[in-house]
Amino acid sequence: MNLNECELRPLAKVMIYPTTSLILSDLVRRFGHRPLVMMEQVREKINTVGIDSPPLNITPREPKLGLKYAAVEVPSGVRGRMALVGPLIEEAEAAIIVNEPDIAFGCMGCARTNELTKYLIRQKDIPLLEVNYPQNEDEGREFVSKIADFLKSLPQNGDSENAEEDGQ
Amino acid sequence: MSPKNKKDNGDIITRIIVVNSENVLPSDVSMKIYHSKADVTVKESCFGIMVKGSRRSVEKVVDEVVSMDPNHIFVKDRGFSPGDERRCRAVRGGGPRPGFHFLREEINILPFISKGLEAYEKGLPSPKGFKEKNKLKASKLKELIESE
Repeated sequence: MNLNECELRPLAKVMIYPTTSLILSDLVRRFGHRPLVMMEQVREKINTVGIDSPPLNITPREPKLGLKYAAVEVPSGVRGRMALVGPLIEEAEAAIIVNEPDIAFGCMGCARTNELTKYLIRQKDIPLLEVNYPQNEDEGREFVSKIADFLKSLPQNGDSENAEEDGQ
Repeated sequence: MSPKNKKDNGDIITRIIVVNSENVLPSDVSMKIYHSKADVTVKESCFGIMVKGSRRSVEKVVDEVVSMDPNHIFVKDRGFSPGDERRCRAVRGGGPRPGFHFLREEINILPFISKGLEAYEKGLPSPKGFKEKNKLKASKLKELIESE
């Protein structure tokens, strides 16, 4: 990471689920960390010359890349999505999962991919917070408070040694 | 993802700014961005604004906009540029774009998040007792059916 980026976004990379969530990505950024989101992957994919075939976004290459995360018997749709989600999970230094969101369309619209994503996040040895979407004002306050406290407790740059020295 | 593109602060990005404020309208946000004279493309939509430009310009503009009403303006990334033919309704024959349903669902929750942010800012203790969403037990369902 170069110095400029350190000045701009210096803190931990936080994986969020749902991976396209407005609320989670905003809160992570608001409390000073970098959210790892599907949109970044999509942007990278559609802006990289030579691998796109509009109107399709997922090309035959993705299900092959997805073999790293799911077996060949798994539907190609899952493997194609995992080609985008998998690298985010590998990069994650912490994660926030919202359990059973009522709705998940677009990039998030595959139940099996969602199960595999959550499974892989939970298997990874990183700080993890699991919450539910709030349904009223009180739950909203608890939701924000839990996430804020979790994000503030994270070591900076994912460097736990420095954090311990700083007493965090 | 190539590390060069990812780390480069000069790459072109798009951010969605969702305005859920009683005091700030999407048009106010547009005017704020126009006045900033930043080198970005702005598109107003039903939920807020889309801003496209270099990462540095967009982040600067977004920070300025959020400061108008920090607890009621929310920001997320967007993969596609505004008007991209793969997402634009004008080209695809109408209907909501993929991903809009989820965004709309989250927008319904934003008032609770805003209240939460205000309370957190004031240092108010958060109430406890998030009720876990449980699946309906078969015995409970049977009870309900028999009570009819």
